[in-house]
Amino acid sequence: MQRFDNIIIGGGHNGLICATYLANAGQTVLLVEGGELGGLASTREFHPGFKVSVAHSLSHFSEDVSKQLSLAQHGFKPSDVSLTTVGLSLDGKHVVVTDNGVEGVGESDQDSYTEYLKMLNRFAKVLKPFWLKTMPRIGDNSLPNMMTFGQLGLKLRLLGKKDMGEFMRVATLPARDLMDENFDNELLKAVLSWDGLIGSKMAPRSPNATVLNMLYRMSGGKDGAHTLPQGGISNLIDALHKSALASGVEIKTGVAVSKIVIEKDSHGQRASGIVLQDGTVIKSSRVVSSVDPKQTFLELVGARNLEIGFTNRINRLRSDGYVAKLHLALDGLPSFTGLDTCDGRMIIAPTMDSIEFAFDDAKYGDFSQSPVMEIILPSIHDSAMAPSGQHVLSAHVMYVPHALKGGWTEQAKDTLYQRLIDLLSKYAPGIEQQIIHGELLTPDDLEKSYRLNGGHWHHTELSMDQMLMMRPTYEAAQYSTPIPGLFLCGAGSHPGGGLMGGPGHNAAKEILRSVK
Amino acid sequence: MNKPMQVVDPYAGERLKLSPFHERQAALNLRDAWSSWNGYKFADYYYDEEYEYFCVRNSCATYDICPMQKYIVSGPDAEAMLDRMVTRDVTKLKQDRVTYVCWCTDEGRLIDDGTIFRLAEDRFLLTCGSPSLAWLRKSAFGYNALTIEDVSDTFAALSFQGPTTCEVLKKMGLEGIENLKPFSIAHFPLVGSDDSPLMVSRTGFTGDLGYELWIAPELALTLWDALYAAGEDYGIQPYGEAATNMVRLEAGFIMPGMEFNEALKTIHFEYDQTPFELSLDWLVDFKKPHFNGRVALLKAKNEGPEYTLVKLDIEGNKPAEESLLYADKNCEKEIGYVTSAMWSPVVKANIALAMVNSNALKGDIWAEIYYSKELRHHSKIARCVIKEAPFWSPVRARATPPAAF
Repeated sequence: MQRFDNIIIGGGHNGLICATYLANAGQTVLLVEGGELGGLASTREFHPGFKVSVAHSLSHFSEDVSKQLSLAQHGFKPSDVSLTTVGLSLDGKHVVVTDNGVEGVGESDQDSYTEYLKMLNRFAKVLKPFWLKTMPRIGDNSLPNMMTFGQLGLKLRLLGKKDMGEFMRVATLPARDLMDENFDNELLKAVLSWDGLIGSKMAPRSPNATVLNMLYRMSGGKDGAHTLPQGGISNLIDALHKSALASGVEIKTGVAVSKIVIEKDSHGQRASGIVLQDGTVIKSSRVVSSVDPKQTFLELVGARNLEIGFTNRINRLRSDGYVAKLHLALDGLPSFTGLDTCDGRMIIAPTMDSIEFAFDDAKYGDFSQSPVMEIILPSIHDSAMAPSGQHVLSAHVMYVPHALKGGWTEQAKDTLYQRLIDLLSKYAPGIEQQIIHGELLTPDDLEKSYRLNGGHWHHTELSMDQMLMMRPTYEAAQYSTPIPGLFLCGAGSHPGGGLMGGPGHNAAKEILRSVK
Repeated sequence: MNKPMQVVDPYAGERLKLSPFHERQAALNLRDAWSSWNGYKFADYYYDEEYEYFCVRNSCATYDICPMQKYIVSGPDAEAMLDRMVTRDVTKLKQDRVTYVCWCTDEGRLIDDGTIFRLAEDRFLLTCGSPSLAWLRKSAFGYNALTIEDVSDTFAALSFQGPTTCEVLKKMGLEGIENLKPFSIAHFPLVGSDDSPLMVSRTGFTGDLGYELWIAPELALTLWDALYAAGEDYGIQPYGEAATNMVRLEAGFIMPGMEFNEALKTIHFEYDQTPFELSLDWLVDFKKPHFNGRVALLKAKNEGPEYTLVKLDIEGNKPAEESLLYADKNCEKEIGYVTSAMWSPVVKANIALAMVNSNALKGDIWAEIYYSKELRHHSKIARCVIKEAPFWSPVRARATPPAAF
């Protein structure tokens, strides 16, 4: 039976990226995916003729990765045009954020926005080199480790005294404080804080890493602006797929992995392959998991093969998702009050308080009385997503708890679904009559459909205690794990989640370093 | 008629718990020398610590181990869970046998030591000095087919130690007790009962012949009375913490808070110990593919311990308590420190356990001893010699059957 140098578990973008880098370095690689390639970014037909992907835009996909894997040659067509971000207002007086600035706000906010963006850009540049780098191991004083620290120190110092101080102050500031310091318009504040919050269990008043999350998203080519590649998100996944195949990666889809084989003898233990759901064993020198850390360690490896303290740290990772996904098949373009076109990214979050209150409900296990959401109509950008003349609406709904009080019954889902339709109807009157089919995916559904513990976008919360050299936890934060031969390459590793590619890229580098 | 006044104790929750043997022990605690252990009222000594020490060494004596922490781990996963938690191979432990174990953090630092009793194929009793339920629960995460029960308060136990113990148990009616081998377990009827409510293990913390008697709390006083009736002509006497600390030192056994600092309670970096520093190498079984701390322990073993716990025979008769150790008589090069020390009456030697820098084990060792004579303080420098064997290890401790008296 064939033995591989590497088996990658999970065919999301990070798994594909890691696999391709390894194959490009001459390694044999088998990638096994239980569902469809692309994970949360895979495109599926949710109603005959209507397609959608859970992830619905790109904001910081790594240009380095794109270049190094020659994604353009494999058909990747990133867009130069940013999606305008529209803060929807019931009275049609929307706030619109484009590459050129903000519309719909007073002059002072417009000026502040220019300064604010410049500041964030300076800060984002400090951090940019570190997203595609292995973080130093705590307690390891080796030269490369010290260089990484030194480089960060130098970058900070080069900001100049005032900016350096500001960076240190702003990085862990609650989004609310940052917005209140800079802007007057409530809707603008809500819209600008959105990118620091989406996908996390944090709200504007949460101190932690919301600003860092914004800076992380600004590491992409367009300073965090959202785009859609030509052909939609599937264009990126297709290109990654083709690039992997061209590099010689062997790919199996629709086959779930049930266990990582841990070989044991008097020399200790080592990951030496995988067991598929049907019992087939495939051997390899290394197993690389792009699956979330909880599943990787607690289910695939098993606590009994791990250290006690480590296992309990993994178990305590906060990985409950708080974003639900709403998909609507529409028989025509919806009409949003006061909006000529709905080709942007529309956000329903009238004030930061409205976000905070939605979060408060979720904290205690309820979904909100008035949820907040981000809407895109992917079919406007890619006609293949819906039959001609018809459209798909895709919305991220915050904050919807993974563990709903009383559980996710059909009735609970229906209640939330209807609440969302009622909310949408206020901004786009008549939309309810346009619906051919609708589906709501709660974090619980995402967990089940995408083999994702907690249904968390980023596998585990992107917060200070679970970031950088603490992601997912120390002793597993440099892609290697306490089990020799087992590596991590998913969103649960530095730099984290979102369609970015950093974990896959960094993990491949670490693996290749360990092989040398 | 006057109603009796209701007395409410405002400190009820703070009072020390009373052992199931307390009633009898209190009557014999002539000096009211109480301290506490794990929330129990506990005797330092009852009459005189040296007298009690000599009872352990020359006749027989009882030591209340009710305050010791006791956990029943049972279920199909119990063996696997304990085997992963401790450094020794639990799968080799046969039913009705006891083994001495220790367990470590992920970093290979000693959390505690204790004993595991295999009561049945999938039923174990773990005993240890400090509360360990939190660590047991953490260790059990990922094992679904097991339960952990804290039986510290629901399982009474009395350690019965000394050369005449077997004889006394025979007198008490424990048929066949003389055939019980060290680290074995047997069950007996109690004062003619039909069932066998008394569990006896040939274990102890004295390095001598001795047994531990395990019983339901409601039968504790019945056991006590039967034992003390049988032992009357054999000099039976309760002993406390002070005498225990003497006999365990002679046997070379380590104590938390003396030889080692429990890792989960240690604040300063590496002020806790690895098993290798405590000369417990024989407890760490690297033939096992995995157990907690294995990787760190293997590294520690290969690097060698910075300090090594040794047994010292020290010239003179002044106990080297809290002494610093030097490589030279001028006390210029410090190489370690004494953890426990005493004049041993049975060995007739000035003995100590000490942590010595591993590089200095082959050279001279000198102790700087401070002592006081009728309020005048003095110091002396005494030569120390490392002893490999326990100071006290009589043949009778292992003989089966033990000699009759």
